[in-house]
Parts: sequence; structure tokens; C-alpha cells
Amino acid sequence: MSGGSRREFATGIDISRALRFRFNNRSYVGHPGDTLASALLANGVQLLARSFKYHRPRGILAAGAEEPNAIVQLGTGEAAEPNLKATEIELFDGLVARSVNCWPSPSFDLRSAYQLAAPLMGAGFYYKTFMWPDWHLFEGPIRRAAGLGIAPQDPDPDRYIHKYAACDVLVVGGGPAGLASAWEAAEAGLDVILAEIDFRLGGSSLWRGERNEAERLEAALRAHANVRVLTRTNVFGYYDHNALVAVEKLDGEGARQRLWKFRAKRVVLATGAIERPLVFANNDRPGVMLASAAQSYLRRWGILHGRQIVVFTNNNSAYEAATSFVEAGADVTIIDVRPRAKIPDIAAVRVLPGHVVKAVVGRRAANGVTIGALDGGQTFTLQCDLVLMSGGWSPTVHLFSQSGGSLRFDEATQSFIPNRAVQAVECVGAAAGELSGLDIEPLWEVPGPGPKFVDFANDVTAKDIGLAREHSFISVEHLKRYTTLGMGIDQGKTSNVNGLAIMGELTARAPGDVGTTKFRPPYTPVTFGALAGPLVGDLYRPVRYLPAHDWHAAHGAVFEEYGGWARPTAYPFPGETWEQAAQREAATARKGCVLLDASPLGKIEVVGKDAGTFLDRIYVGNASSLKVGSARYGLMLNENGIIIDDGVFVRLREDRYLVHTTSSGADRIAAMFDEWLQCEWTGLDVAILPTTTQWATLTVSGPDASEVIRETGTDIDLDDFPHMTFREGSVAQLSARVLRASFTGEASYEISVEASNATQLVGALERAGRPLLLMPMGIEALMILRTEKGFLHVGVDTDGTTLPGDVGMAGPIARKASDFIGRRSLLRQEALREDRLQLVGLQSHKGVLPVGAQVLRDRSVPGPSDGFVTSSYHSPTLDGPVALGLVRAGRSRIGERVKLYDMGEHHSAEIVDTVFFDKAGERLRA
Amino acid sequence: MLLLTCPHCGPRDETEFSCGGESHIARPSLEATDDAWADYVFFRTNPMGVTFERWRHAYGCGCWFNVARDVVNHRILATYAMTDPKPATSETAISNGLQQSAELAR
Amino acid sequence: MRSNYLFPESARFYEHSLRLYERLGRELDFNIMFSQRGMLTLAHSRHDLESQRRWANAMRLNGVDSELLDTDEVAELVPALDCSPSARLPVMGGFIQKRGGTVRHDAVAWGYARAADALGVDIIQNCEVTGFELSSGGAHTVKTTRGTIGADRIGLATAGHTTTLADMLGFRLPMTSYALQAFVSEPLKPVLDTVVLSPACGVYVSQSDKGELVVGGGLDLYASYAQRGNLPTVEQTLRGLLTLFPSFSRLRMLRQWAGIVDVVADSTPVLGRSPIPNVFLNCGWGTGGFKAIPAGGWCFAHTIAKNEAHPLTAAFGLDRFARGALIDEAAASGIAH
Repeated sequence: MSGGSRREFATGIDISRALRFRFNNRSYVGHPGDTLASALLANGVQLLARSFKYHRPRGILAAGAEEPNAIVQLGTGEAAEPNLKATEIELFDGLVARSVNCWPSPSFDLRSAYQLAAPLMGAGFYYKTFMWPDWHLFEGPIRRAAGLGIAPQDPDPDRYIHKYAACDVLVVGGGPAGLASAWEAAEAGLDVILAEIDFRLGGSSLWRGERNEAERLEAALRAHANVRVLTRTNVFGYYDHNALVAVEKLDGEGARQRLWKFRAKRVVLATGAIERPLVFANNDRPGVMLASAAQSYLRRWGILHGRQIVVFTNNNSAYEAATSFVEAGADVTIIDVRPRAKIPDIAAVRVLPGHVVKAVVGRRAANGVTIGALDGGQTFTLQCDLVLMSGGWSPTVHLFSQSGGSLRFDEATQSFIPNRAVQAVECVGAAAGELSGLDIEPLWEVPGPGPKFVDFANDVTAKDIGLAREHSFISVEHLKRYTTLGMGIDQGKTSNVNGLAIMGELTARAPGDVGTTKFRPPYTPVTFGALAGPLVGDLYRPVRYLPAHDWHAAHGAVFEEYGGWARPTAYPFPGETWEQAAQREAATARKGCVLLDASPLGKIEVVGKDAGTFLDRIYVGNASSLKVGSARYGLMLNENGIIIDDGVFVRLREDRYLVHTTSSGADRIAAMFDEWLQCEWTGLDVAILPTTTQWATLTVSGPDASEVIRETGTDIDLDDFPHMTFREGSVAQLSARVLRASFTGEASYEISVEASNATQLVGALERAGRPLLLMPMGIEALMILRTEKGFLHVGVDTDGTTLPGDVGMAGPIARKASDFIGRRSLLRQEALREDRLQLVGLQSHKGVLPVGAQVLRDRSVPGPSDGFVTSSYHSPTLDGPVALGLVRAGRSRIGERVKLYDMGEHHSAEIVDTVFFDKAGERLRA
Repeated sequence: MLLLTCPHCGPRDETEFSCGGESHIARPSLEATDDAWADYVFFRTNPMGVTFERWRHAYGCGCWFNVARDVVNHRILATYAMTDPKPATSETAISNGLQQSAELAR
Repeated sequence: MRSNYLFPESARFYEHSLRLYERLGRELDFNIMFSQRGMLTLAHSRHDLESQRRWANAMRLNGVDSELLDTDEVAELVPALDCSPSARLPVMGGFIQKRGGTVRHDAVAWGYARAADALGVDIIQNCEVTGFELSSGGAHTVKTTRGTIGADRIGLATAGHTTTLADMLGFRLPMTSYALQAFVSEPLKPVLDTVVLSPACGVYVSQSDKGELVVGGGLDLYASYAQRGNLPTVEQTLRGLLTLFPSFSRLRMLRQWAGIVDVVADSTPVLGRSPIPNVFLNCGWGTGGFKAIPAGGWCFAHTIAKNEAHPLTAAFGLDRFARGALIDEAAASGIAH
């Protein structure tokens, strides 16, 4: 074979313009309209790949997405794309590509010796070998030999976007049938989207030469107001309720690919059909090609890449290709398995009826074929430089099958065709099995020796199917998994039907009785980035920022993410670590005053005449007995009795409560309230208003806190404002809500103003607090303070198994008469056990205990656990360690010394009360 | 990808909704037995056919509503208000759904 | 494959399973390709680190290997991971069970089938159970599409379809069936040497011996028997994956599939007696049954033969729901199991 010059009748390229590209470090020239495959063929490059398992030399088999051989790595560095089919790459100027899975090159590949081992490496061979002495000895080399392309090492520089579109009719496939369907629908006044995987419309007309009608329809559709035409668009998935998903390759538009999500009232599948190879010895050699693909390269791309051509067929369609090649000046011989009586009468072509190609001659390129009668007898060799084959056609029923539609095997065309649809979809053209005049005679496997490839992508031969049969893997799903048939990079587009039919012959079943494997998305491989779309990296669960974020940043805050919010961990001075800063801040809170941004604290207003009744059902404690202007601590459970959230709630008015949740619980708890009200307690007159982000909340805490508020300027009477009460008024001339509640153990004022006033308030507090040495405090210091006080941190000191009694909060339950969420679960046997894990203090006398250290029951590791450390800090105020932990029957073991284990180290501690500082709680009431 | 019909907002893609699981489960009182309570908290009807479940238009109006859905072929047989009883009117449609499920399962 | 469990009830059972897996290939004379490449769980916050410390310590108390890794150690083990401090999901560290890894799933099924067949077990394929005739005397009859089978004892091990059989038998189960998806990339030269799980985004990924990246995420978002996955779950899984591994963005999804799993509230199996005498349950495995196959089979056989729970699965009975004695690893650790 040699690279011939381009023919002028080529329908698909612009010969007047040159595109330069490199393949395997050599420079070539192609033209606009070329694929990488056509450009390589035109340049005489036949051998461009090595096969997956045996590293056999491979060329180009097909002209579209079904290509199993010609796999390349496109581009280099961060923009490389591994494992593209050369047939799906539209040529562009400057393209760089190379072969995969061979080294140093496809013509001289060091792993080609694997071919010699092929007789040993049949289907299932891994399962029977490499077990002794140990699979792990073999696994490393096997991993290194496996795989095709190479993943890029750097982040993808490109963007991907998503788009929704609804239409009356979605036509998939821009060949003659699809164009006609789209036109008909558009003329009926319907909104139409036409999607074509190729970069050109026309489908089979591009290679069959019947261009006039297709060109007329294309022009009309592109001009039609009702029609949107999408090329380079692979409709790869058909989901429920006529949702179809496609990926479009973009050029420009700020993104590399666009994922389309279509919702169509009706779907027309005009996806055509894929030609099948014939299964004979060495049918995988470079220079053996599907007849229709060769016809494409000739007609669409003007490449006559063979002069002496053998066409091997069992049906009429290949005669069209043969005729095209004769017209182009090649010498063509048709080997047709069918008897003379069935052969079409075409004068120009030499036909040998009743014969088969037994084998291809030549290693790196076909240079002849061995021919014989089907039933044996004499064979002879015919020289050639190109072998075309046609084993019939498989309608592209992938999307139809994905939609839930059933298939049936059609004897006339020897193919699986659409049977019954379950969604609003119809197939037209070849996809519907309209393959008239095929007159096919099944020939699934040519008898005789030699490697006869069924699945080129995964190196599955007819012999492998025999092995599967021998080992009773005869179900089509077993056949697939045992031999890997159809699991390769082409997903079996050219191999599945041949494979299952051969299994059928081996087991005396018709192909229809063997059936197909399940068709699943994607039709062809889809880029991860396109599926993920733009919501990756920083846009993956975007971080929320405090309304006064810039103020914190300007004051040296170190930020960390807490429950989806970027919050200050601490405000280290120059030369200070954040840990040291947290110690300083915590100490300041006990001695002077600190300022904490508590804006993410969840805030939900519960409004209506039944608000109290509703909250009685939500909280472990009572809500309806709370006085207006007062606040109370509450615990929430799920129906399984587990603690899910806590916080202080305030009665604003008779019919209005303000519920505070943990910052990570804000959205979840509001949704939960809504669910109970809409679904269960539908008679209650209550509305839910989640207001978290409407407010900025700044907390001033410490012995000097009230002085700071006074200095800031307020109309609230601070002398009549006890702990756990609430006032509305002005602070720093801003309309404010102020709550006296404390998570630090010191007198605290939680001041909430409109979120947009956050910076103004924090500035005012800063100025007013300057004489009192007010200092900003981060989350870490808050955690130290609340641990000193033994205040519960839900999700840290509790997990998804913790009940209220476990954290010493059974008291309110005993005093409450009515039901609340989860109450019944607290009466179960497991809840009443005395050896449950209970929250206690752990006093170490030698350093800070690690959080996560386990309390040992009998000092042995391995051995039983008696609990673990949940919170642990160095207390600057007590100048020693403080810790909380969940310990088995802990409250009855106060005073006991226990051993703890942490990643090889041992610690000890005394079980103590949870409150380490100010046990009487006098300071927070100050 | 389901196309669900929110009673307020009309047909929308499933990504706007969240599924709250089986509907029409009565919440027992505090006097319920352990078994009756476990049945309420944990045990679910899980038919290979039509289920009655509640959905929320989470990224829309927030409305909860009921859906009768065939979990084999994902057909929506009825959409109705939270406070409505299990639909008796859609019995025909539902039995058609079951029939179709059986065919698909075959 | 892993036994990195927090509670001793789970750890003992799954560790037994892992040990059985370690010798299963030889026992079945079938290479199940047990690839003990390690199972790495990522920590993305200081709170994650603390939870993992508790977890890793608990594993050691349970007699199971565990190691904590810092950011540099994770970066060395998984170079493709974005370990920069500015990453949206910063890698603060992780913990690894080095004996964890992957097994070729079909090989397990085939190896067991061959070995069971050799021991005289009749495996009847394409045989759907259509009903039961129960007898108070204990000898039941199973009606199938291929005839009836008399059985003194019946074990139900039908995963997502268990409630269908329970409905025929007249009892309820605490489970709902969901589609669980996974997908693979096209085959690549080695790029990932261990199994990586990020609980924060619910994504796991490993690379098979064939070179394909195997990726999974959470359950589909509503009940289904449809045996096909839904795209939104794939999109969400990939968003997490690409946030962790930005260089994987140009790789392509080759195959995607889904199976129906039986999900219970605490993600711990239901293994033991059913409400009906001589009918036994082996279900509720949810997303995590594959790693339990050898021990599950072992304990189920014991349960059927002796009509009582095996000590390793004594806590897995159906009665735990009424007692409130759930074994909820996910709730305790904040991490899906």
C-alpha cells in the first residue's frame, strides 16, 4: 500500500488549504475536513497502533466512533488527551499526536514479544495463573504493561459548560434519514434540535456520493427558524422522561466542551448503522478495513490507499464500495461467501462466489490473502494491498435500548433492531433496520486456524469465545466479563454482535436467543470535565464569607473553613503562631474582653399562633412556657433519639420565636422544620423564616463586655439585662438585636445588625473597646473556653449515636409531659442501658490529651475500648490541660483513673466533672 | 432524570427536587410498642412497582407534595397534595404501570 | 476490601472477612486478583483529622492495622492529588489501611460458583422465585419459574430484591432499594497506586490492573429498581473527583453501570433469623456487601445450619431496630460505609 494523492472528487476536504501536523515525531500535511485518521492514511501511514494485550501491529479499521484500533494521545503536557480515536479527531493546524501502548514506536515496539505468548494468554488466563506463590509478585509488571494513554499531570487548563434545552423534537443523527425527519418536523411548526456527532452533516451521503438531497436539506435546515443544528455533538445518554444528554466540542466560546441536557417531547433516532467485520485469521492486520470505511476514505477524503483490493463479504452492501474503487482505477476482487445465484450482477468487478478469505498474509501490512471454499478443499493466495470486509450491519440501537426500548433479532438483515419503545421515541433509517437489499447470509466465523479477532480493542479472538464456552460462560453477560468482549475503548461497536453470534453457534442458539448485553451510557467516551461542568475547584460547594470578612483579614485573621464558612481561627500577632494567638485570645476573654464574629450562627424565626406548640414538639425541653424577651437552651433530636443540633432560642413575641442553630445546621434544621409542618403537623399555624444570612452577629464577651457595649453607645438599659434575656434597640446607632447568652462562660452580648452594617458595627465596637484592650477572638479560642466550661459542641462531643441522657441532659425530659421528636426512642432498651458512653471531663496531669485517643478498659491493645477523647486543649486560665470525652458509664466513674491509647502512645487521666472552670456559673451572669 | 411536576411551579427537572422517601406513614403516639415505633422509624414498603413518596421542590418554592411513581420504569402516575389521601382515582393508571413493570422486568 | 471499622461488632466481622479474602484465591484455586494496594481515607479539615484519629485508634484496639498520614505522606503516595493549601478540599492528612485494596469481583463469583459446584451444590441459573408455601412443620416449598423446590430451610440472599421475597413471605424489612452506580475511565498507564476515599465529597477512586480508573460515589437520590444509573449522581461524583484530582479532567468516562442495593438505616447488614421459622436473612448490605462476602457466607451457613446467629453476627439481627441497638458506623464516624 502507498499513500496516493488526493482525488478531486473528494466531497469532504478543502485541498486548497494545508494543515500541518505531527504524528510520532514526524511532520505531515493534511487539509481542512480531514480527520487525523484520513490525514495519516493520505500520507501513507498505515501502521499506527499496537493492540491492547498482545501488542499486535494495527492500522485503521473504521472511519467513525466505532474505531477500535487507531488510539492516539493528542497534544502534550497539561492539555494532552489520552486514548482518542484517530477517526474522531478533526485535523487542525499544529496538531501533535502520538501512538499509545507501544515503545518506542508502533513499527518497533519492545512489547511486541507479547504476541509470542498469545497462545497462553487467552480468555480467563489471569484467573488461572499468577496465583503461586503470590499474585502480588506478578501484579506490578502487569499494571505497568496495562493501560493505553498517559494521563496529564497538571490541572486541565480548559473550561466546560452545561446548557439545558427543551424542544418538541430532538433528532439524533444528521444523515439522510435524520435530515429528512428534522425537515418534516420543522415544516410542521415544531421546535427541532438536530444533533450530529460528526463535524459535518450528511451521514452516509458523505461516502455514498448521494450528496444533492443532503446538501439541499442541510441548507434548508440551517436557514429554518425552528431548527437548531448542532454538529460535533455526541448524544451519549438517554435517560428517563425523554431526557437526553450530549456533549458538544466547541471551538472558542470560552470553553472546550458543552454538555447539553435536552428534554424533548419526541425523539427521533437517526443514528445509522455500523458495519461489522468478518472473523478470519489475521483479520486485524493493518490494511484490513471495513468496506464502508474504505469507501469513506475514498469518497469523502479522496484517498485511494490501495491499488489491488480484495473485498470479502457476505452481503450486497460491499459491492458499492467495490464499484467505487473500480471507478477510481483500482483492481478489485470480491470474495463472496454466498453462492453464485445470490450474487448481484456487476460487470466491472471480478467476483469469486462461495469462497472465503481464510487468512491475511503479511505482518505489518496486508500483502495478500489466502482464499478457499467455505467447506474446505484447496486454498490459494491472492496478492493485494488492501482488504475490505463486510459482515453485515448493526443498526445503532444504543440510545433506543438505553431509553428502555426492547430489541429483536431480524433474520432478514441478521441484526438486532428496535422492537418496542417505552418512551416517546422512534427510530428511522438504518437505525430502524432499514437495510434493504442486503441479502445477507450469516457468516460469523470463517473455519480454520489462526488468530481470528472478534474484538480488536481488547484482543478477543474467536478462540477466546470457545474457551468461554468450554468453561460454561455462555450467557452473554458472562461471555462479556470472562473474555472482556465489548469492554474495550470502542465498547464493542464492531464486535458485540459477532461475538454473541459465535457463542450462539457454539451453543446451538440463534443470535436472538443469546441476546445482547445491556446498553448503557455513554455511547462513546465522554470527558470527565464535561460531565462535571464548571462547578469544580473553588466552585465546588463555594465557601461562604462573613459580611465583615475584609475587616477580619485586615486584622490578621487566619481563616479556616467551619461548616462551609471561612471563619477566623485566630488573629496571630507578628511572630506568633495561631496556636499561641488562640491561647492569648482565650486568656483575654477571661480577663478583659474579646470580640467574636458569630454571624454564621443559624437563625430561624418561627412565627404564628402555634409557634410555641410547634417548638414544644421540636425541642427536648419546653418552649411554650418561655416568657417573652427570655431565652432558653434547647436540644433537638431526630426520631431515632439522636442529638442533631442545639442552640439558644428566644421568645420575641407571644407568637414569634427566634431559634438559633449551630452554623452548619442552619439550612438543615430550617428544612426539617418545614418538612414537619408541611407533611405531618399540617394543622399548625406556623411559618418558618430562615434569616441566618440577613444578620451579622458580633459577640462581645468577657468581664469588660458590658463596658464595651456602653462605650459603643446603646439605648438598651444594660443594668436591667440579665443573662438569657433579649433586647431590641440601637447599638452604635444601628438597629440591633442583642442576646445575652454565652458559649464562653463569660458575660456575653450577641449583637445582631443587618448584614450590610457588619463592618460599621465591628468598627464601632473596635473603637469603643480600644481603651479596654478589646481583642478579636477566633474559633480556636472559643473552643478552648467552652471546653473549660464543659459546654457541649454537637458533632464534636456527640456523634450519630449520642442520646440526650449521654450528655447529662435527661433532666428536661423528666419534667416534660408532652411528646417531642425522638422521645419514644429514648424509652427503648438500648437507651436505658447503664453502660452507655457518657460525656465527662478528663483531667490529665501530664500534657494535653490527643483528641481521638481511646480509653482502654483493661490496659491492652488490642482490647476493648471504654470511650474516647472528644475535645482537648491547654487552658491558659488554668494553666493546664482540659479535656472532654465520651466514657462508658462515665458519670458513675468520677474520680477513677483511666489509661488511654493514641497511635502507639499511652496516656492517663482522671475522670472528672465536665466543668473545669467557674462551676457555679457566676461569671456569665455578671 | 425525572421530570416532576411541582404543584406550584409546574414541570421541572429532578435536580430541583429532593426525595423524602415513603409517604402516608402515620406517626405513632408515645404509647406505641417498641415494634410499632421501629416500624414507623425504620421499616418501609419497598415494592417493585408503584411507590407513594414525598418530594420537596427544594431548589424552587420549597413545597412538599406526594408522587406515585413506578420504581421499575420511573413513570410518574400521580402527583398530589401532601394532605390528599393515596389516590384512588389513578388506580387504572397505576395498574397499567404495574403491568408495564412486569413486562420490563421480564 | 477493607476492615477499617470503628465498632468492635463491625471490625471483628469485616476483619474475619478480609482474612478469608487473603487466602480465598488459593482456597478456590481461582485468581481473584486481590490487590492489597492500601485504602486511603482523606482528611480535609482539622475536625476530620480528629475523627480519623479516633477511628484509627479504635481500629488498633480492634486488632486491625491503621496508620495516620500527614499531608506530605499523602502527597507522596498519591501524586495526582491536589495537596496544595489553596485547594478547595485541602488535604490535611489521611489514614490508611495497608491491607485494604480491591478484588476482581467476577472472579469471586466464578471461583465460588466453581468450588460450590464441586462440593455438590446445585446452582440453578435463570430461576426466579415466584412464591412460597410455608408449612408449620418446617418443611417449606419454594415456587420458581422452573418448578418447585422443597426445602427444610430457606436463606434469602437477594440484595436489593429481598423485600420482594419478604412480601411473598408476609413480613416487612427495614430497607429500601436504591441504584448504586460506578463508572470507569478509559485504560491509562499507572497514575494511581492506592484506593482513595474522600468522605467529604463521598468519592472513591482506584485504578484497576487493566488501567481503568474505577470511580464511585453515593447512592442515587431516590428509590429504584431500574438497574441503571442517573446522570446527576455521576456529575456530582465527578465534581468531587476533579476537585481532588484536577489533572483527571481530560480523561473520559468509558462505561457506567448501576446495581440495586438494599439500604438499611444503619448500613449494617441484617443477618440472622427472619420472623418465619426456618427462613433466614442475609441482606441489608447496602453499598458495602462485596468486602463481606467470605465472612457473610461463613456466618450465614452457620446460622442456617444451627438455627442461631454466629457469634460474629450476633449483633446483626433484625431485632436490633426495635431495641434501638443500631450499629451505625457512618453516623459515628461521619463517614459513609
